[in-house]
Amino acid sequence: MTHNRPLSPHLQVYRLPLTGIISITHRMTGVLLALGLVLFVCAVSAIAAGPASYAAMQDLLGMLPVQIIYWGFVYALIFHLCHGVRHLIWDAGASFNRDTMDRYALYELAVSVVLTVSIFFLL
Amino acid sequence: MVEFTLPKNSVLKKGKTFKAPAQAKNVRSFEVYRWDPDSGENPRIDVYEIDMDDCGPMVLDAILKIKNEIDSTLTFRRSCREGVCGSCAMNINGRNTLACTKAISDYKGKIKIFPLPHLEVVKDLVPDMTHFYAQYASIKPWLEAQTPAPADSERLQSREDRAKLDGLYECVLCACCSTSCPSYWWNSDRYLGPAILLQAYRWLVDSRDESAGERLDDLEDPFKLYRCHTIMNCTDTCPKGLNPAKAIAETKKLLLQREQG
Repeated sequence: MTHNRPLSPHLQVYRLPLTGIISITHRMTGVLLALGLVLFVCAVSAIAAGPASYAAMQDLLGMLPVQIIYWGFVYALIFHLCHGVRHLIWDAGASFNRDTMDRYALYELAVSVVLTVSIFFLL
Repeated sequence: MVEFTLPKNSVLKKGKTFKAPAQAKNVRSFEVYRWDPDSGENPRIDVYEIDMDDCGPMVLDAILKIKNEIDSTLTFRRSCREGVCGSCAMNINGRNTLACTKAISDYKGKIKIFPLPHLEVVKDLVPDMTHFYAQYASIKPWLEAQTPAPADSERLQSREDRAKLDGLYECVLCACCSTSCPSYWWNSDRYLGPAILLQAYRWLVDSRDESAGERLDDLEDPFKLYRCHTIMNCTDTCPKGLNPAKAIAETKKLLLQREQG
């Protein structure tokens, strides 16, 4: 059979529910965290390399754009952790109720924000 | 494989607009995916304006009105018009559902109607379900028993055992869930998808079935079962209110329990 059948639209038309959006964000933060880890290792190496590079790293970390990336990394880490916990609960076979699905997703988001803000004020 | 864009032959074009009659007061527009296999052209979106004062309440009513009164070339599947056959599954305003049980009044503004996502289109709103049905057949959706049936009665089931099938037997295989699942979009060649996995679980927990071991052996596969990443689109979209994600999680648990002995 030689059809030239089109593929029906998918991502182009589908409206992801909140859990779907969180799921893809979990993936993306996972990738970003892996990349961020490289930057993290660079930063730690620089700090360990001596007083001059320590001072330079301190200056760099004080800059606003770097600060934004830094706190973005922290939030990504906390969000990834929170959704990881939700996955653990799911893997135990719990929390699949249709009615509470979205509410728990919002809790998860709220907790990740609260934890990140707490870390901000504790540091 | 993950692909974010549509292939060249699938990119949408603008189509025709069918205006509502001038005297119509309560007009709503329906944007409908069209593809004609004989034209050789790309799919297009046709707009139909419908007088709601002269139309039934469900989305399927509007589609039938288009077919009967406005444009008889529109092609779609439908049969029971009461949510038990699963034929009129389609993507309406971004979510998969049955057109017959979905009220037009549940939506505001324009209503956009597409075939079920990420399937080959046969014509208009009719996607090719061959692969989906082949996957269904692959899980042996029938009772398998080695022991002979009682000579003078049916294979009986306790009320408790029968209750285990609630939330599973209602599935009409409309494929709304499977075609809402990004994992199924990218990996349907090997991943069974939520609908088929829910059906597989339905036979796993049936007290009269005696081949749970073989069924689990068949499912224990990094793709067939474990491409489910609990995205939950399936449970979100199921027009029958079922929970395929839960059935999949329970299947994973059964495999784990078996491993632990």
